[in-house]
Amino acid sequence: MSTVESSTSTKSAASEPAPLEIHDLTVSYHNKPVLWGIDLVVPRGKLIGIIGPNGAGKSTLIKAAMGLLPLNSGWVKAFGEPLKQNLTRIGYVPQRESVDWDFPVSVMDVVLMGRYGRLGLIKRPTKQDRDIARECLDKVKMLPYANRQISNLSGGQQQRVFLARALAQESDLYFMDEPFAGVDAATEAAIVTLLQELKSKGKTLMVVHHDLPSAREYFDMLLLLNMRVVAFGPTEQVFNAELLQKTYGGRLTILSEVAEAVRQKS
Amino acid sequence: MKPSWRIQFALCALILAMPSAANAAKISELGDTNLVTQAIRFFTFQDPAVRYALLGSMLLGITCGLLGSFIVVRKMALVGDALSHAVLPGVAIGFLWNMSKDPVAIFVGATVAGLLGTVVVRLITQTTHLKEDTALGLVLASFFAVGICLLTMIQRMPTGNKSGIDKFLFGQAASIGPADLKLMAVVTLLSVVVIIVFYKEFLLTSFDSGFARAAGFPAQLIHYALMLLLAFAVVIALQAVGVVLVSAMLITPAAAAYLLTDRMSRMLWLAALFGMMAGALGAFCSFLGPNFPTGPFMVLSASAVFALAFLFAPRHGVANRWWRQRSRAQRVQRENTLKSIYHVLEARESKGEGVSLRELAERRRETVEEAARQAADLHRHELATLHEEGNLIFLTPAGWQLACAIVRNHRLWELYLTNAAQIAADHVHEDAEKIEHVLGDEVVRELERRLQYATIDPHGRPIPGFAEMQRGGNSPDQPGESIGYGKR
Repeated sequence: MSTVESSTSTKSAASEPAPLEIHDLTVSYHNKPVLWGIDLVVPRGKLIGIIGPNGAGKSTLIKAAMGLLPLNSGWVKAFGEPLKQNLTRIGYVPQRESVDWDFPVSVMDVVLMGRYGRLGLIKRPTKQDRDIARECLDKVKMLPYANRQISNLSGGQQQRVFLARALAQESDLYFMDEPFAGVDAATEAAIVTLLQELKSKGKTLMVVHHDLPSAREYFDMLLLLNMRVVAFGPTEQVFNAELLQKTYGGRLTILSEVAEAVRQKS
Repeated sequence: MKPSWRIQFALCALILAMPSAANAAKISELGDTNLVTQAIRFFTFQDPAVRYALLGSMLLGITCGLLGSFIVVRKMALVGDALSHAVLPGVAIGFLWNMSKDPVAIFVGATVAGLLGTVVVRLITQTTHLKEDTALGLVLASFFAVGICLLTMIQRMPTGNKSGIDKFLFGQAASIGPADLKLMAVVTLLSVVVIIVFYKEFLLTSFDSGFARAAGFPAQLIHYALMLLLAFAVVIALQAVGVVLVSAMLITPAAAAYLLTDRMSRMLWLAALFGMMAGALGAFCSFLGPNFPTGPFMVLSASAVFALAFLFAPRHGVANRWWRQRSRAQRVQRENTLKSIYHVLEARESKGEGVSLRELAERRRETVEEAARQAADLHRHELATLHEEGNLIFLTPAGWQLACAIVRNHRLWELYLTNAAQIAADHVHEDAEKIEHVLGDEVVRELERRLQYATIDPHGRPIPGFAEMQRGGNSPDQPGESIGYGKR
């Protein structure tokens, strides 16, 4: 891991610094690089889709950006400061499968967890936190389910609960890991509306997505990822055959071959 | 979360934790008496040794139940098992330290050995491609083997065979002394306080550790804190439950509680209660006979609680699930009978007669006895009245409406499948046979809208509408204003 440099924040001194800045980020699993030399400056108030083939490092990128993984090199800044200082401004929607839905908690309990980060250690949720959680549940139309145990929910409902929890975080920068995976059409539409609404409030959203046709429709900007950043820009500029071919096609196999070689050497 | 239960909990723990000062002979040294006098001695609590055994067993039950709940929801049951076996060499070394059964030395030795075991598991999983279950199995067996060797060595020593160190294998509550009890009280209090204070953190990291870390909670540290408490719980339980079975006291009460509730806070309460009950019951049973081991009795008590929960839990219990399935099957049966009566009346095209058992039996291709049984079932549920010694069936208004509803559901669904899903008319019947019993009102309204309130099904038969439902089914004794199918 490297330390944070302080040269970047001077560039945009007038306005607020970028919600997310990643510099020369490299991450590996078991000595096998998954992300190589990622450089990224994410502008504020954009709905950004992260797309790429399986194993491209999409989830790894957002996890590394939130400090959940050890970095081989590079640094991450949120709002111009080291990550640790701005954790409460960062919201997270993990993959639905990452938790046990038989866990003995109610829908309300899960949404309240969104408030925990602001509460910090030991302090308990107050009535105000409960009110906020209830509002968030209402926004995703899950308020009638507040007292249900989470195991009785459908896939779409589970995703709504996770979104409500993220809303309860009241963050400015959101990372979402495949929020559209395995949800019904009604939920998908509801999520899109919600994301648009968050964006219009000046929030920045980075969403891992796996469906190309809808990616073009949903997102302002796209990050084409395959171990490296293939392209990052407004959707109309980067969503073209050449760049997508470069992301998904055989062009980058040499990189993964090198990665394999590095792994075997070490 | 209401704070009151936490305070009560802490108070209970405090009261339970007061060890009495007197020092009396160990129960096991008191010689043989018969069952009744032993039981009386137990329940009068006059013997301090009885009090130590009982209080100690209850305390360890509470601690194991509480920590076991987190072990169960974190899917770490095997970790608890490995940890509990890994403590044995530590027990032996703690004894060898000053050649006596000093609770503190044994406590420290066992805790260190247990934690060393978990560290080795971690080391194996991180440096090789062996998975956790393999590593746990390895550590469990090898540490336990070392412990047995050391224990045998101690037994051979001149002071060893009288020390009671062998009780650590299968547990003997009667060997709990005042010093042991003090230690148990401290650990129980510590566990209760830590769980109360850090309940939010334990809950969050157990449910979604990725999210917890993203929100700035030290998930790893909390995990290690839990492991440390777990090691403490195992070690205080050792003397009464024994190394071999102590993991059952972690898992069984918590598993029973998990079947009975779907809230973590209630699960903790129940698991602590079950653990305490099992502890007390186990201590009592082992007290009845000379040198009965306590561990197996405690685990059996806990298992009995689990068996009850497994069979009779309101939502997850086997008995209730069976009962729900059975009543659903009966409902479907009744609805099918009603449907057949409707079909008979429909085919007949005369609306003023009852349906005879024979007609019903023919329609359903069953014996008359079977038809009679079904008719009696309809009668019991006030869906039909029986006349002429039970040979003629008349539907009540409720029965008539239900019959119409089922037939309508069936025909609407057939029509929907042929119209909207382009399925051939001769393929839709089987499907509709199942779906007719589960369509809710909302879906039926939606079907009607989509089918533009069609009145004829794909086979050319009328779909009974709302008006038809309202029309028929009066009691045969009051012929009059409303006429319909099933009327005399």
